[in-house]
Amino acid sequence: MPNDNIASGFLPGQDLALLLTALAGQGYRCIGPTVRDGALVYDSLDGVEDLPSGVHIQQSPGSYRVEFNQGKRLFDWANGPQALKPLLFAPRELLWQVERSADGQLRFTQQTPESAPTAVIGVRACDLAALELQDRHFLETEIPDNCYGVRRHQLFLVAVNCTRPAETCFCVSTGDGPSARHGYDLVLDELDDGFIVQSGSARGNEILAQLELQPVSAQQRNAAADATAQAVDMQSRQLPGRNLRDQLFANLDHPHWEEVATRCLSCGNCTSVCPTCFCYRELEQPALDRESSRHYREWDSCFTQGHSYIHGFVVRPDTRLRYRQWLTHKLGGWHDQYGRSGCVGCGRCIAWCPVGIDITKEVSAITAPPE
Amino acid sequence: MNIATHYPHEAEIIERCQESPTIFSLVLQLTDPAAAGQYRFTPGQFNMLYLYGVGEIPISIVSDPARPGQLIHTIRDVGRVSHGFSQLRVGDRIGLRGPYGRGWPLERMEGRDIMIVTGGLGCAPVVSVINYILRRRERYGRLVILQGVKHSNDLIWRERYAEWEQQDNTQVLLAADAGGEPWPGFIGPITVLFEHARFNPQQTIAMMCGPERMIHASADVLIERGSRIEDIWISMERNMQCAVGQCGHCQFGASFVCRNGPVYRYPEASELLAKRGF
Ligand SMILES: Cc1cc2nc3c(=O)[nH]c(=O)nc-3n(C[C@H](O)[C@H](O)[C@H](O)COP(=O)(O)OP(=O)(O)OC[C@H]3O[C@@H](n4cnc5c(N)ncnc54)[C@H](O)[C@@H]3O)c2cc1C
Ligand code: SF4
Ligand code: FES
Repeated sequence: MPNDNIASGFLPGQDLALLLTALAGQGYRCIGPTVRDGALVYDSLDGVEDLPSGVHIQQSPGSYRVEFNQGKRLFDWANGPQALKPLLFAPRELLWQVERSADGQLRFTQQTPESAPTAVIGVRACDLAALELQDRHFLETEIPDNCYGVRRHQLFLVAVNCTRPAETCFCVSTGDGPSARHGYDLVLDELDDGFIVQSGSARGNEILAQLELQPVSAQQRNAAADATAQAVDMQSRQLPGRNLRDQLFANLDHPHWEEVATRCLSCGNCTSVCPTCFCYRELEQPALDRESSRHYREWDSCFTQGHSYIHGFVVRPDTRLRYRQWLTHKLGGWHDQYGRSGCVGCGRCIAWCPVGIDITKEVSAITAPPE
Repeated sequence: MNIATHYPHEAEIIERCQESPTIFSLVLQLTDPAAAGQYRFTPGQFNMLYLYGVGEIPISIVSDPARPGQLIHTIRDVGRVSHGFSQLRVGDRIGLRGPYGRGWPLERMEGRDIMIVTGGLGCAPVVSVINYILRRRERYGRLVILQGVKHSNDLIWRERYAEWEQQDNTQVLLAADAGGEPWPGFIGPITVLFEHARFNPQQTIAMMCGPERMIHASADVLIERGSRIEDIWISMERNMQCAVGQCGHCQFGASFVCRNGPVYRYPEASELLAKRGF
């Protein structure tokens, strides 16, 4: 029943391909979760069959395992190591280049990355919350970031409400999930036999109008609501509050910082998988003919020695200071800089930490009232 | 045309001066007239200077804001990029973008006594404001410059201090933790200088840069003598990659030194300055 006014409807499971076709028809390249190297990562989708049917993921501190079962569902798992971050803020990219003429004149050119309209299928609520924060950081500023902006403006987001949070997820306590509330173009609730599709933008409406949606029954609505309620109940981890700034800054000398430092390897895995971490360093690659040079940026981490190096002095020479910097910034400084905490509860830093350091436990220990 | 963006513009070295064995000044001019014509800055702000094929570093602008067409940068040869700059000659081209950050509180300084406190190996951010005051000497009261170094041999740029000392109503005091011969100053931490400084604490605006422990100790003395904490200003240094508030390297508590600093009102920074690691 094609109708321009519908904002939602039911898409039978076997018709999901229509969604990809409609997106392709609007010029979008589709990417979505695929299983690769033992994890779910975003990759190009040639068709619905590339989506991870019957996959479960076991996540726990320091561990991430993909398991296959007989199920038909495509999104009955929580998340992979990547959020949307690498799609917008590239792990390494060219910022500008300079050519030097024979008489020593320099000509600088800013690089605008090539970017195609891209639709991402299967975006989680925590990813959307992180995206909103990265938008604030890279775009809602006096000097917006060109590379990020070019890609951001061509992004179409198909969110999926979570039905099976991982053991590491704690988005309920940060207020960011398990259901997407805004920031998407379309959002899906996955049921056994299909999807409730709902639009969140004008562009979403256009796509929605091309799908042959059925009316959503009360039973289907209830099933989706039950799944969400269950997803909320499944979460056992939590942060001890939404604004921990004052508690953290009041506990800068807490002995627990040192205790974490005895376990932390200062490897920076947590900052790589964190969907809101934005640090990068700049580096130079001169061409061999010496007539030009390229200036890149690549992800950096506050867990490295170089991050806080100034000539003759390293501000954060040891792991205690680096872990404290990461947490006091993410859960403290962000409130002043971006109006909320920088943690969206995705739990990636817990699963991908090689020694299983659990942000929810460490923060609780540091902010707990003295016994 | 705003050139305080992500990528540099060409600038030419139109003059070069060797100030001491390790310090040199470059006078730079943007080669694009449109960029040069629009460029304005205030003392305390800095530029990112780019050495071809090597990289960029933050350097304060020490020339006078009334002459934004000729930008003077005084650089100490300490490492990869700064050493490369020390090898350049008049006519050579480099990259420049800026100005970035918040400068010194020029309006608040009018009519007040000024105290400059610096430590370590000479401090470019305050040189800009000293130069600014000396060119408009009548607008300010007394000028007291306190400089502390670890060892008397570390005082580079002695001629500059001698020159400043000759100015009207100006006092220059030097302290070294350890002294060799001949040393015109005092021996001890910089705080010993406050006993010899002739100034009225209530009437004074203090501006400091250098090691953070020194800033703390000096601020304590000033407050004890009756200065208002709001009248103390500091300039901070952190690793900088982007200068536009994006790369996160200059993070200091809830601020970016490149954007919210490098000049801070002391009370904005004092709590975290007292802690290691921020
Ligand atoms: C706001 C500000 C203003 C400054 N003004 C001056 C000035 O007017 N004159 C002057 O001589 N020096 C100034 N400095 C310090 C100057 O930036 C460093 O000495 C310079 O970056 C050293 O780079 P290098 O490659 O020569 O040294 P290396 O030791 O080889 O440094 C390697 C890299 O680390 C980074 N780095 C090292 N030290 C610093 C530092 N102090 N601040 C930021 N990044 C650093 C740079 O990316 C540098 O290229 C200022 C620093 C800041 C933050
Ligand atoms: S943190 Fe919440 S929204 Fe993110 S994957 Fe886990 S359950 Fe889904
Ligand atoms: S230098 Fe990059 S954020 Fe300040």
